[in-house]
Amino acid sequence: MTSITNDLPPPPRGLLRRLAGWLHRRPSVRLGGLLAGPVGWLVIVYLGSLAIMLLNAFWTRDAFSGQTIYVPTLKNFEDLINGPYPGITLRTVALAAAVTVTCGLLALPIGYFMARIASPRLRNALVVAVIVPLWASYLIKVYSWRLILAEEGILNWALAPLGLKGPGFGDVAVWLVFTYIWLPYMILPVYAGFERIPESLLEASSDLGGRSWTTFRRILLPLVFPAMVAGSIFTFSLTLGDYIAPATVSTTIFIGNSIFANFGAGNFPLAAALSLVPLVIVLIYLLIARRLGAFNAL
Amino acid sequence: MTIGRGTRLALTVAAAAILAFVYLPIALIVVYAFNSGTTPSWPPVGFTLHWFEEAIRNTGLQQAFLTSMAAALAATIIALVLGTLASLAVSRYRFFGRDAISLIVIFPIALPGIVTGMALSSTFSQVGIPLGFLTIIIGHATFCIVLVYNNAIARLRQTSATFEEASADLGADSWTTFRYITFPNLRSALLAGALLAFALSFDEVIVTIFTAGGVKTLPIWIFQSFRLANQVPVVNVAGLFAILLSVIPVYVATRITSSTGVAGSRV
Repeated sequence: MTSITNDLPPPPRGLLRRLAGWLHRRPSVRLGGLLAGPVGWLVIVYLGSLAIMLLNAFWTRDAFSGQTIYVPTLKNFEDLINGPYPGITLRTVALAAAVTVTCGLLALPIGYFMARIASPRLRNALVVAVIVPLWASYLIKVYSWRLILAEEGILNWALAPLGLKGPGFGDVAVWLVFTYIWLPYMILPVYAGFERIPESLLEASSDLGGRSWTTFRRILLPLVFPAMVAGSIFTFSLTLGDYIAPATVSTTIFIGNSIFANFGAGNFPLAAALSLVPLVIVLIYLLIARRLGAFNAL
Repeated sequence: MTIGRGTRLALTVAAAAILAFVYLPIALIVVYAFNSGTTPSWPPVGFTLHWFEEAIRNTGLQQAFLTSMAAALAATIIALVLGTLASLAVSRYRFFGRDAISLIVIFPIALPGIVTGMALSSTFSQVGIPLGFLTIIIGHATFCIVLVYNNAIARLRQTSATFEEASADLGADSWTTFRYITFPNLRSALLAGALLAFALSFDEVIVTIFTAGGVKTLPIWIFQSFRLANQVPVVNVAGLFAILLSVIPVYVATRITSSTGVAGSRV
Protein backbone atom coordinates (compact mmCIF):
# COMPACT_ATOMS: atom_id res chain seq x y z
CA MET A 1 0.00 0.00 0.00
CA THR A 2 2.85 2.35 0.75
CA SER A 3 4.00 2.20 -2.88
CA ILE A 4 0.80 4.02 -3.91
CA THR A 5 1.30 6.91 -1.56
CA ASN A 6 4.95 7.12 -2.57
CA ASP A 7 3.85 7.99 -6.12
CA LEU A 8 2.23 11.17 -4.88
CA PRO A 9 4.34 14.25 -4.26
CA PRO A 10 4.58 15.34 -0.64
CA PRO A 11 1.85 17.81 0.26
CA PRO A 12 2.94 21.38 -0.35
CA ARG A 13 4.24 23.23 2.66
CA GLY A 14 3.69 26.82 3.49
CA LEU A 15 0.85 29.20 2.92
CA LEU A 16 -1.32 27.00 0.67
CA ARG A 17 -1.08 24.12 3.10
CA ARG A 18 -1.95 26.35 6.03
CA LEU A 19 -4.90 27.77 4.13
CA ALA A 20 -6.05 24.22 3.31
CA GLY A 21 -5.86 23.29 6.95
CA TRP A 22 -7.70 26.42 8.00
CA LEU A 23 -10.42 25.66 5.45
CA HIS A 24 -10.60 22.05 6.54
CA ARG A 25 -11.57 23.12 10.05
CA ARG A 26 -14.27 25.44 8.73
CA PRO A 27 -16.76 23.54 6.52
CA SER A 28 -19.08 26.53 6.34
CA VAL A 29 -16.36 28.70 4.85
CA ARG A 30 -15.56 25.92 2.37
CA LEU A 31 -19.22 25.67 1.43
CA GLY A 32 -19.44 29.43 1.11
CA GLY A 33 -16.45 29.42 -1.21
CA LEU A 34 -18.01 26.77 -3.40
CA LEU A 35 -21.38 28.48 -3.56
CA ALA A 36 -20.32 32.11 -3.89
CA GLY A 37 -19.48 31.91 -7.59
CA PRO A 38 -22.37 29.89 -9.02
CA VAL A 39 -25.09 31.21 -6.71
CA GLY A 40 -23.78 34.74 -7.05
CA TRP A 41 -23.87 34.47 -10.83
CA LEU A 42 -27.30 32.89 -11.04
CA VAL A 43 -28.90 35.14 -8.47
CA ILE A 44 -27.32 38.38 -9.64
CA VAL A 45 -27.19 37.79 -13.40
CA TYR A 46 -30.29 35.68 -13.82
CA LEU A 47 -32.81 36.30 -11.06
CA GLY A 48 -31.64 39.90 -10.89
CA SER A 49 -32.34 40.26 -14.60
CA LEU A 50 -35.80 38.78 -14.23
CA ALA A 51 -36.47 41.27 -11.43
CA ILE A 52 -35.25 44.19 -13.53
CA MET A 53 -37.41 43.01 -16.42
CA LEU A 54 -40.41 42.92 -14.09
CA LEU A 55 -39.55 46.44 -12.98
CA ASN A 56 -39.17 47.57 -16.59
CA ALA A 57 -42.70 46.43 -17.31
CA PHE A 58 -43.96 49.31 -15.12
CA TRP A 59 -42.13 52.04 -17.05
CA THR A 60 -43.43 53.54 -20.27
CA ARG A 61 -41.86 54.87 -23.41
CA ASP A 62 -42.42 58.42 -24.53
CA ALA A 63 -43.97 58.07 -28.00
CA PHE A 64 -42.20 61.19 -29.34
CA SER A 65 -38.73 61.13 -27.86
CA GLY A 66 -38.47 57.33 -27.60
CA GLN A 67 -37.06 57.82 -24.08
CA THR A 68 -38.09 55.56 -21.25
CA ILE A 69 -40.14 57.37 -18.62
CA TYR A 70 -39.25 56.06 -15.19
CA VAL A 71 -42.62 56.65 -13.58
CA PRO A 72 -44.40 53.47 -12.60
CA THR A 73 -47.70 52.97 -14.37
CA LEU A 74 -49.91 50.05 -15.29
CA LYS A 75 -50.23 51.26 -18.87
CA ASN A 76 -48.33 48.30 -20.36
CA PHE A 77 -50.58 45.88 -18.54
CA GLU A 78 -53.65 47.72 -19.83
CA ASP A 79 -52.20 47.29 -23.33
CA LEU A 80 -51.75 43.60 -22.63
CA ILE A 81 -55.44 43.26 -21.81
CA ASN A 82 -56.92 45.59 -24.38
CA GLY A 83 -54.69 45.39 -27.43
CA PRO A 84 -54.37 42.53 -29.88
CA TYR A 85 -52.40 40.63 -27.24
CA PRO A 86 -55.12 38.47 -25.64
CA GLY A 87 -55.82 37.00 -29.08
CA ILE A 88 -52.11 36.50 -29.78
CA THR A 89 -51.62 34.86 -26.38
CA LEU A 90 -54.55 32.51 -26.94
CA ARG A 91 -53.25 31.59 -30.39
CA THR A 92 -49.78 30.90 -28.99
CA VAL A 93 -51.11 28.72 -26.17
CA ALA A 94 -53.30 26.81 -28.66
CA LEU A 95 -50.26 26.25 -30.90
CA ALA A 96 -48.12 25.08 -27.97
CA ALA A 97 -50.91 22.70 -26.91
CA ALA A 98 -51.31 21.32 -30.44
CA VAL A 99 -47.56 20.80 -30.78
CA THR A 100 -47.42 19.11 -27.37
CA VAL A 101 -50.27 16.71 -28.16
CA THR A 102 -48.77 15.81 -31.56
CA CYS A 103 -45.34 15.21 -30.04
CA GLY A 104 -46.94 13.05 -27.34
CA LEU A 105 -48.77 10.92 -29.91
CA LEU A 106 -45.64 10.47 -32.04
CA ALA A 107 -43.46 9.67 -29.04
CA LEU A 108 -45.66 6.77 -27.87
CA PRO A 109 -44.93 4.24 -30.65
CA ILE A 110 -41.22 5.00 -30.94
CA GLY A 111 -40.76 5.23 -27.16
CA TYR A 112 -42.51 1.89 -26.74
CA PHE A 113 -40.46 0.33 -29.51
CA MET A 114 -37.20 1.55 -27.98
CA ALA A 115 -38.02 0.42 -24.46
CA ARG A 116 -39.78 -2.89 -25.05
CA ILE A 117 -39.20 -4.25 -28.53
CA ALA A 118 -35.67 -3.24 -29.54
CA SER A 119 -32.74 -5.39 -28.43
CA PRO A 120 -30.46 -3.76 -25.82
CA ARG A 121 -27.88 -2.97 -28.52
CA LEU A 122 -30.43 -1.40 -30.83
CA ARG A 123 -31.98 0.43 -27.88
CA ASN A 124 -28.71 2.14 -26.98
CA ALA A 125 -28.12 3.05 -30.61
CA LEU A 126 -31.63 4.49 -30.84
CA VAL A 127 -31.16 6.60 -27.70
CA VAL A 128 -28.10 8.19 -29.28
CA ALA A 129 -29.99 8.48 -32.57
CA VAL A 130 -32.69 10.52 -30.81
CA ILE A 131 -30.30 12.59 -28.68
CA VAL A 132 -28.05 13.74 -31.52
CA PRO A 133 -30.71 15.48 -33.67
CA LEU A 134 -32.09 17.09 -30.50
CA TRP A 135 -28.86 19.05 -30.38
CA ALA A 136 -28.31 19.50 -34.10
CA SER A 137 -28.35 23.18 -34.97
CA TYR A 138 -31.81 24.48 -34.10
CA LEU A 139 -31.74 27.21 -36.69
CA ILE A 140 -30.71 24.88 -39.49
CA LYS A 141 -33.56 22.53 -38.67
CA VAL A 142 -36.00 25.43 -39.00
CA TYR A 143 -34.27 26.60 -42.18
CA SER A 144 -34.47 23.10 -43.63
CA TRP A 145 -38.26 23.25 -43.44
CA ARG A 146 -38.17 26.45 -45.44
CA LEU A 147 -36.50 24.42 -48.18
CA ILE A 148 -38.87 21.47 -47.73
CA LEU A 149 -42.05 23.53 -47.82
CA ALA A 150 -40.97 25.88 -50.62
CA GLU A 151 -43.24 25.95 -53.68
CA GLU A 152 -40.68 24.05 -55.78
CA GLY A 153 -39.34 22.14 -52.74
CA ILE A 154 -39.07 18.44 -52.01
CA LEU A 155 -42.47 18.01 -50.36
CA ASN A 156 -44.48 19.28 -53.31
CA TRP A 157 -42.23 17.24 -55.61
CA ALA A 158 -42.91 14.08 -53.58
CA LEU A 159 -46.65 14.70 -53.35
CA ALA A 160 -47.12 15.71 -57.00
CA PRO A 161 -47.45 12.13 -58.35
CA LEU A 162 -50.32 11.61 -55.88
CA GLY A 163 -51.99 14.77 -57.11
CA LEU A 164 -51.46 16.40 -53.70
CA LYS A 165 -49.76 19.54 -52.51
CA GLY A 166 -47.88 20.37 -49.30
CA PRO A 167 -49.25 22.92 -46.81
CA GLY A 168 -46.83 25.61 -48.00
CA PHE A 169 -45.92 28.42 -45.59
CA GLY A 170 -48.47 29.32 -42.91
CA ASP A 171 -49.95 28.11 -39.63
CA VAL A 172 -49.82 24.41 -40.55
CA ALA A 173 -46.14 24.84 -41.38
CA VAL A 174 -45.49 26.41 -37.96
CA TRP A 175 -47.21 23.49 -36.22
CA LEU A 176 -45.23 21.02 -38.33
CA VAL A 177 -41.86 22.70 -37.71
CA PHE A 178 -42.38 22.98 -33.94
CA THR A 179 -43.53 19.36 -33.75
CA TYR A 180 -40.42 18.36 -35.67
CA ILE A 181 -38.01 20.37 -33.57
CA TRP A 182 -39.26 19.47 -30.10
CA LEU A 183 -40.14 15.82 -30.80
CA PRO A 184 -36.86 14.38 -29.42
CA TYR A 185 -37.53 16.24 -26.12
CA MET A 186 -40.72 14.17 -25.80
CA ILE A 187 -39.34 10.85 -27.06
CA LEU A 188 -36.57 10.65 -24.42
CA PRO A 189 -38.74 10.89 -21.28
CA VAL A 190 -41.49 8.72 -22.81
CA TYR A 191 -38.93 6.05 -23.66
CA ALA A 192 -37.56 6.24 -20.11
CA GLY A 193 -41.11 6.05 -18.76
CA PHE A 194 -41.88 2.87 -20.71
CA GLU A 195 -38.59 1.34 -19.64
CA ARG A 196 -39.38 1.85 -15.96
CA ILE A 197 -42.66 -0.13 -16.08
CA PRO A 198 -42.05 -3.59 -14.62
CA GLU A 199 -42.83 -6.49 -16.93
CA SER A 200 -44.74 -8.21 -14.10
CA LEU A 201 -47.50 -5.60 -14.25
CA LEU A 202 -48.09 -6.34 -17.90
CA GLU A 203 -48.06 -10.09 -17.24
CA ALA A 204 -50.55 -9.62 -14.44
CA SER A 205 -52.80 -7.69 -16.78
CA SER A 206 -52.71 -10.39 -19.42
CA ASP A 207 -53.20 -13.13 -16.77
CA LEU A 208 -56.33 -11.32 -15.73
CA GLY A 209 -57.54 -11.45 -19.31
CA GLY A 210 -56.46 -8.01 -20.49
CA ARG A 211 -55.88 -7.93 -24.24
CA SER A 212 -53.00 -5.87 -25.70
CA TRP A 213 -55.19 -2.83 -26.23
CA THR A 214 -56.76 -3.03 -22.78
CA THR A 215 -53.33 -3.42 -21.18
CA PHE A 216 -52.06 -0.45 -23.13
CA ARG A 217 -55.01 1.76 -22.24
CA ARG A 218 -55.39 0.77 -18.59
CA ILE A 219 -51.84 -0.08 -17.51
CA LEU A 220 -49.20 1.36 -19.84
CA LEU A 221 -50.77 4.69 -20.67
CA PRO A 222 -51.52 5.77 -17.07
CA LEU A 223 -48.02 4.73 -16.02
CA VAL A 224 -46.26 6.53 -18.84
CA PHE A 225 -48.43 9.64 -18.52
CA PRO A 226 -46.18 11.46 -15.99
CA ALA A 227 -43.28 10.96 -18.40
CA MET A 228 -45.35 12.51 -21.17
CA VAL A 229 -46.10 15.48 -18.92
CA ALA A 230 -42.36 15.76 -18.24
CA GLY A 231 -41.68 15.87 -21.98
CA SER A 232 -44.51 18.33 -22.47
CA ILE A 233 -42.75 20.85 -20.24
CA PHE A 234 -40.23 21.29 -23.05
CA THR A 235 -42.55 21.04 -26.03
CA PHE A 236 -44.93 23.52 -24.40
CA SER A 237 -42.47 25.95 -22.88
CA LEU A 238 -40.15 26.08 -25.87
CA THR A 239 -43.00 26.62 -28.34
CA LEU A 240 -44.45 29.36 -26.18
CA GLY A 241 -41.48 31.69 -26.42
CA ASP A 242 -40.15 30.89 -29.86
CA TYR A 243 -40.44 33.42 -32.64
CA ILE A 244 -37.77 32.20 -35.06
CA ALA A 245 -39.78 29.32 -36.50
CA PRO A 246 -43.02 31.33 -37.03
CA ALA A 247 -41.03 34.15 -38.60
CA THR A 248 -39.33 31.67 -40.93
CA VAL A 249 -42.26 29.65 -42.26
CA SER A 250 -45.25 31.96 -41.79
CA THR A 251 -46.36 35.53 -41.30
CA THR A 252 -48.52 34.77 -38.27
CA ILE A 253 -47.76 36.75 -35.11
CA PHE A 254 -47.25 34.78 -31.92
CA ILE A 255 -46.35 36.12 -28.50
CA GLY A 256 -42.62 35.73 -29.18
CA ASN A 257 -42.95 37.73 -32.39
CA SER A 258 -44.71 40.55 -30.53
CA ILE A 259 -42.00 40.66 -27.89
CA PHE A 260 -39.30 40.77 -30.52
CA ALA A 261 -41.12 43.40 -32.59
CA ASN A 262 -41.45 45.71 -29.58
CA PHE A 263 -37.86 45.04 -28.56
CA GLY A 264 -36.72 45.84 -32.10
CA ALA A 265 -38.81 49.02 -32.14
CA GLY A 266 -37.15 50.16 -28.92
CA ASN A 267 -40.25 49.84 -26.76
CA PHE A 268 -38.48 47.91 -24.03
CA PRO A 269 -41.11 48.48 -21.32
CA LEU A 270 -43.90 46.93 -23.41
CA ALA A 271 -41.58 44.11 -24.54
CA ALA A 272 -40.74 43.44 -20.89
CA ALA A 273 -44.42 43.38 -19.93
CA LEU A 274 -45.14 41.02 -22.82
CA SER A 275 -42.30 38.72 -21.72
CA LEU A 276 -44.10 38.22 -18.44
CA VAL A 277 -46.93 36.48 -20.32
CA PRO A 278 -44.97 33.37 -21.39
CA LEU A 279 -43.12 33.48 -18.07
CA VAL A 280 -46.34 33.34 -16.03
CA ILE A 281 -47.91 30.72 -18.31
CA VAL A 282 -44.84 28.48 -18.05
CA LEU A 283 -44.73 28.85 -14.26
CA ILE A 284 -48.41 27.86 -14.05
CA TYR A 285 -47.71 24.95 -16.40
CA LEU A 286 -44.80 23.82 -14.21
CA LEU A 287 -47.05 23.86 -11.14
CA ILE A 288 -49.64 21.71 -12.94
CA ALA A 289 -46.92 19.40 -14.24
CA ARG A 290 -45.62 18.93 -10.72
CA ARG A 291 -49.06 17.93 -9.48
CA LEU A 292 -49.25 15.38 -12.29
CA GLY A 293 -46.01 13.81 -11.09
CA ALA A 294 -43.85 15.00 -13.97
CA PHE A 295 -40.83 15.88 -11.85
CA ASN A 296 -40.49 12.35 -10.56
CA ALA A 297 -40.46 11.16 -14.17
CA LEU A 298 -37.62 13.43 -15.27
CA MET B 1 -46.95 -8.44 -22.28
CA THR B 2 -47.30 -10.56 -25.35
CA ILE B 3 -48.10 -8.33 -28.24
CA GLY B 4 -49.32 -9.75 -31.52
CA ARG B 5 -47.03 -10.03 -34.49
CA GLY B 6 -49.11 -7.47 -36.36
CA THR B 7 -48.86 -4.91 -33.54
CA ARG B 8 -45.15 -5.54 -33.28
CA LEU B 9 -44.65 -4.97 -36.98
CA ALA B 10 -46.82 -1.85 -36.93
CA LEU B 11 -44.80 -0.40 -34.03
CA THR B 12 -41.52 -1.19 -35.78
CA VAL B 13 -42.69 0.52 -38.95
CA ALA B 14 -43.98 3.53 -36.96
CA ALA B 15 -40.67 3.84 -35.08
CA ALA B 16 -38.71 3.68 -38.34
CA ALA B 17 -40.98 6.27 -39.96
CA ILE B 18 -40.62 8.66 -37.00
CA LEU B 19 -36.85 8.27 -37.04
CA ALA B 20 -36.87 9.02 -40.77
CA PHE B 21 -38.99 12.11 -40.06
CA VAL B 22 -36.35 13.23 -37.54
CA TYR B 23 -33.41 12.70 -39.89
CA LEU B 24 -34.64 13.63 -43.36
CA PRO B 25 -34.62 17.43 -42.89
CA ILE B 26 -31.05 17.24 -41.56
CA ALA B 27 -29.96 15.01 -44.46
CA LEU B 28 -31.57 17.47 -46.84
CA ILE B 29 -29.22 20.25 -45.73
CA VAL B 30 -26.23 18.00 -46.40
CA VAL B 31 -27.53 17.30 -49.92
CA TYR B 32 -28.22 20.97 -50.65
CA ALA B 33 -24.71 21.98 -49.55
CA PHE B 34 -23.40 20.04 -52.59
CA ASN B 35 -26.16 21.15 -54.97
CA SER B 36 -24.95 23.15 -57.96
CA GLY B 37 -28.35 24.87 -58.26
CA THR B 38 -28.95 28.16 -56.48
CA THR B 39 -32.60 27.71 -55.49
CA PRO B 40 -34.32 25.28 -53.11
CA SER B 41 -35.94 23.50 -56.06
CA TRP B 42 -35.94 19.72 -55.89
CA PRO B 43 -34.40 17.51 -57.26
CA PRO B 44 -30.85 18.96 -57.09
CA VAL B 45 -29.39 20.03 -60.41
CA GLY B 46 -25.92 18.61 -60.01
CA PHE B 47 -22.96 18.09 -57.70
CA THR B 48 -20.50 20.85 -56.85
CA LEU B 49 -17.97 21.86 -54.21
CA HIS B 50 -18.08 25.43 -55.44
CA TRP B 51 -20.22 26.70 -52.54
CA PHE B 52 -17.64 25.47 -50.04
CA GLU B 53 -15.03 27.67 -51.71
CA GLU B 54 -17.49 30.53 -51.73
CA ALA B 55 -18.35 29.97 -48.05
CA ILE B 56 -14.70 29.87 -46.99
CA ARG B 57 -14.01 33.09 -48.88
CA ASN B 58 -17.06 34.88 -47.42
CA THR B 59 -15.58 37.26 -44.85
CA GLY B 60 -18.89 37.87 -43.06
CA LEU B 61 -19.33 34.15 -42.56
CA GLN B 62 -15.71 33.73 -41.44
CA GLN B 63 -16.08 36.48 -38.89
CA ALA B 64 -19.37 35.05 -37.60
CA PHE B 65 -17.87 31.59 -37.32
CA LEU B 66 -14.88 32.83 -35.32
CA THR B 67 -17.12 34.93 -33.07
CA SER B 68 -19.27 31.88 -32.33
CA MET B 69 -16.24 29.74 -31.57
CA ALA B 70 -14.77 32.34 -29.21
CA ALA B 71 -18.07 33.00 -27.45
CA ALA B 72 -18.77 29.29 -27.06
CA LEU B 73 -15.30 28.65 -25.63
CA ALA B 74 -15.55 31.51 -23.15
CA ALA B 75 -19.08 30.57 -22.07
CA THR B 76 -18.01 26.93 -21.69
CA ILE B 77 -15.09 27.86 -19.43
CA ILE B 78 -17.29 29.99 -17.17
CA ALA B 79 -19.97 27.27 -17.08
CA LEU B 80 -17.32 24.66 -16.32
CA VAL B 81 -16.04 26.54 -13.27
CA LEU B 82 -19.45 27.58 -11.89
CA GLY B 83 -21.14 24.26 -12.67
CA THR B 84 -18.39 22.25 -10.98
CA LEU B 85 -18.40 24.44 -7.85
CA ALA B 86 -22.18 24.19 -7.55
CA SER B 87 -22.17 20.42 -8.04
CA LEU B 88 -19.50 19.94 -5.36
CA ALA B 89 -21.47 22.07 -2.91
CA VAL B 90 -24.78 20.29 -3.53
CA SER B 91 -23.37 16.76 -3.53
CA ARG B 92 -20.98 17.02 -0.60
CA TYR B 93 -22.72 19.37 1.83
CA ARG B 94 -26.11 19.69 3.44
CA PHE B 95 -27.37 23.21 3.79
CA PHE B 96 -30.46 25.33 3.78
CA GLY B 97 -31.72 25.94 0.24
CA ARG B 98 -29.90 23.00 -1.32
CA ASP B 99 -32.91 21.94 -3.39
CA ALA B 100 -33.39 25.50 -4.55
CA ILE B 101 -29.96 25.39 -6.23
CA SER B 102 -30.92 22.48 -8.48
CA LEU B 103 -33.97 24.49 -9.48
CA ILE B 104 -32.29 27.84 -10.08
CA VAL B 105 -29.60 26.18 -12.19
CA ILE B 106 -32.26 24.71 -14.50
CA PHE B 107 -34.32 27.91 -14.77
CA PRO B 108 -32.34 29.68 -17.51
CA ILE B 109 -32.76 26.71 -19.83
CA ALA B 110 -36.29 25.65 -18.86
CA LEU B 111 -37.89 29.05 -19.31
CA PRO B 112 -38.48 30.20 -22.89
CA GLY B 113 -35.31 31.69 -24.41
CA ILE B 114 -37.11 34.90 -25.18
CA VAL B 115 -37.75 35.52 -21.48
CA THR B 116 -34.09 34.99 -20.65
CA GLY B 117 -33.05 37.15 -23.59
CA MET B 118 -35.42 39.97 -22.75
CA ALA B 119 -34.49 39.88 -19.05
CA LEU B 120 -30.75 40.03 -19.74
CA SER B 121 -31.20 42.72 -22.35
CA SER B 122 -33.30 44.87 -19.99
CA THR B 123 -30.64 44.52 -17.33
CA PHE B 124 -27.69 45.32 -19.57
CA SER B 125 -29.35 48.50 -20.80
CA GLN B 126 -30.39 49.44 -17.26
CA VAL B 127 -26.94 48.88 -15.79
CA GLY B 128 -25.28 50.49 -18.81
CA ILE B 129 -23.30 47.54 -20.18
CA PRO B 130 -23.18 47.95 -23.97
CA LEU B 131 -24.48 44.94 -25.88
CA GLY B 132 -21.80 42.99 -27.70
CA PHE B 133 -19.40 40.09 -27.46
CA LEU B 134 -19.16 40.28 -23.66
CA THR B 135 -22.91 40.25 -23.11
CA ILE B 136 -23.29 37.27 -25.47
CA ILE B 137 -20.83 35.34 -23.30
CA ILE B 138 -22.63 36.31 -20.08
CA GLY B 139 -25.95 35.14 -21.53
CA HIS B 140 -24.58 31.87 -22.87
CA ALA B 141 -22.67 31.03 -19.69
CA THR B 142 -25.88 31.48 -17.69
CA PHE B 143 -27.79 28.75 -19.50
CA CYS B 144 -24.75 26.49 -19.97
CA ILE B 145 -24.06 26.07 -16.22
CA VAL B 146 -26.81 23.46 -15.94
CA LEU B 147 -25.16 21.16 -18.50
CA VAL B 148 -21.91 20.95 -16.57
CA TYR B 149 -23.76 20.82 -13.26
CA ASN B 150 -26.01 17.91 -14.28
CA ASN B 151 -23.19 15.80 -15.61
CA ALA B 152 -20.91 16.51 -12.65
CA ILE B 153 -23.55 15.90 -10.01
CA ALA B 154 -24.60 12.60 -11.59
CA ARG B 155 -21.00 11.44 -11.35
CA LEU B 156 -20.55 12.72 -7.80
CA ARG B 157 -23.70 10.90 -6.69
CA GLN B 158 -22.34 7.67 -8.11
CA THR B 159 -19.12 7.90 -6.13
CA SER B 160 -19.19 8.10 -2.39
CA ALA B 161 -17.50 10.85 -0.43
CA THR B 162 -15.55 8.22 1.51
CA PHE B 163 -12.73 8.33 -1.05
CA GLU B 164 -12.23 11.98 -0.26
CA GLU B 165 -12.40 11.29 3.47
CA ALA B 166 -9.83 8.51 3.08
CA SER B 167 -7.58 10.89 1.22
CA ALA B 168 -7.87 13.41 4.04
CA ASP B 169 -7.19 10.72 6.64
CA LEU B 170 -4.00 9.85 4.79
CA GLY B 171 -2.85 13.41 5.25
CA ALA B 172 -3.81 15.05 1.97
CA ASP B 173 -5.10 18.58 2.22
CA SER B 174 -8.13 19.89 0.28
CA TRP B 175 -6.11 20.80 -2.84
CA THR B 176 -4.33 17.47 -3.01
CA THR B 177 -7.58 15.60 -2.53
CA PHE B 178 -9.25 17.58 -5.27
CA ARG B 179 -6.32 17.10 -7.61
CA TYR B 180 -5.80 13.38 -7.07
CA ILE B 181 -9.25 12.09 -6.07
CA THR B 182 -12.17 14.37 -6.93
CA PHE B 183 -10.96 15.75 -10.24
CA PRO B 184 -9.84 12.47 -11.88
CA ASN B 185 -13.19 10.98 -10.91
CA LEU B 186 -15.04 13.94 -12.42
CA ARG B 187 -12.89 14.43 -15.49
CA SER B 188 -14.95 12.61 -18.12
CA ALA B 189 -18.23 13.97 -16.76
CA LEU B 190 -16.82 17.49 -16.95
CA LEU B 191 -15.62 16.89 -20.48
CA ALA B 192 -19.09 15.70 -21.48
CA GLY B 193 -20.70 18.70 -19.81
CA ALA B 194 -18.23 21.05 -21.49
CA LEU B 195 -18.90 19.54 -24.92
CA LEU B 196 -22.64 19.95 -24.45
CA ALA B 197 -22.20 23.51 -23.21
CA PHE B 198 -20.06 24.30 -26.24
CA ALA B 199 -22.62 22.77 -28.61
CA LEU B 200 -25.52 24.63 -27.01
CA SER B 201 -23.70 27.96 -26.99
CA PHE B 202 -22.49 27.54 -30.57
CA ASP B 203 -26.05 26.88 -31.68
CA GLU B 204 -28.05 29.34 -29.57
CA VAL B 205 -29.92 32.06 -31.39
CA ILE B 206 -32.79 33.62 -29.41
CA VAL B 207 -30.92 34.80 -26.29
CA THR B 208 -28.05 35.77 -28.58
CA ILE B 209 -30.18 38.07 -30.72
CA PHE B 210 -31.32 39.91 -27.60
CA THR B 211 -27.81 40.32 -26.19
CA ALA B 212 -25.62 40.68 -29.29
CA GLY B 213 -26.05 44.33 -30.21
CA GLY B 214 -24.45 44.43 -33.65
CA VAL B 215 -22.16 41.42 -33.19
CA LYS B 216 -22.93 38.46 -35.46
CA THR B 217 -22.56 34.88 -34.34
CA LEU B 218 -22.88 32.07 -36.86
CA PRO B 219 -26.59 31.46 -36.12
CA ILE B 220 -27.30 35.20 -36.41
CA TRP B 221 -25.42 35.36 -39.71
CA ILE B 222 -27.40 32.39 -41.01
CA PHE B 223 -30.70 33.84 -39.78
CA GLN B 224 -30.05 37.14 -41.51
CA SER B 225 -28.74 35.54 -44.68
CA PHE B 226 -31.30 32.92 -45.49
CA ARG B 227 -33.85 35.46 -46.61
CA LEU B 228 -31.45 36.73 -49.25
CA ALA B 229 -32.00 34.64 -52.39
CA ASN B 230 -28.40 35.03 -53.63
CA GLN B 231 -27.02 33.72 -50.34
CA VAL B 232 -28.97 30.44 -50.28
CA PRO B 233 -26.14 28.14 -51.47
CA VAL B 234 -23.63 29.62 -49.00
CA VAL B 235 -26.19 29.36 -46.20
CA ASN B 236 -26.56 25.66 -47.02
CA VAL B 237 -22.83 25.15 -46.57
CA ALA B 238 -22.82 27.21 -43.37
CA GLY B 239 -25.73 25.05 -42.21
CA LEU B 240 -23.68 21.92 -42.78
CA PHE B 241 -20.88 23.37 -40.62
CA ALA B 242 -23.37 24.40 -37.93
CA ILE B 243 -24.84 20.89 -37.83
CA LEU B 244 -21.44 19.23 -37.63
CA LEU B 245 -20.23 21.54 -34.87
CA SER B 246 -23.28 20.88 -32.74
CA VAL B 247 -23.63 17.17 -33.51
CA ILE B 248 -20.01 16.02 -33.15
CA PRO B 249 -19.45 17.35 -29.59
CA VAL B 250 -22.78 15.90 -28.52
CA TYR B 251 -22.05 12.51 -30.06
CA VAL B 252 -18.69 12.41 -28.28
CA ALA B 253 -20.37 13.47 -25.01
CA THR B 254 -22.92 10.64 -25.24
CA ARG B 255 -20.09 8.15 -25.85
CA ILE B 256 -18.08 9.40 -22.87
CA THR B 257 -20.96 9.16 -20.44
CA SER B 258 -22.77 6.16 -21.88
CA SER B 259 -22.55 4.48 -18.47
CA THR B 260 -24.44 7.21 -16.65
CA GLY B 261 -26.61 8.17 -19.59
CA VAL B 262 -27.00 11.75 -18.46
CA ALA B 263 -25.39 13.65 -21.26
CA GLY B 264 -28.13 13.87 -23.82
CA SER B 265 -31.14 14.92 -21.85
CA ARG B 266 -30.80 18.64 -22.00
CA VAL B 267 -32.15 19.28 -18.54
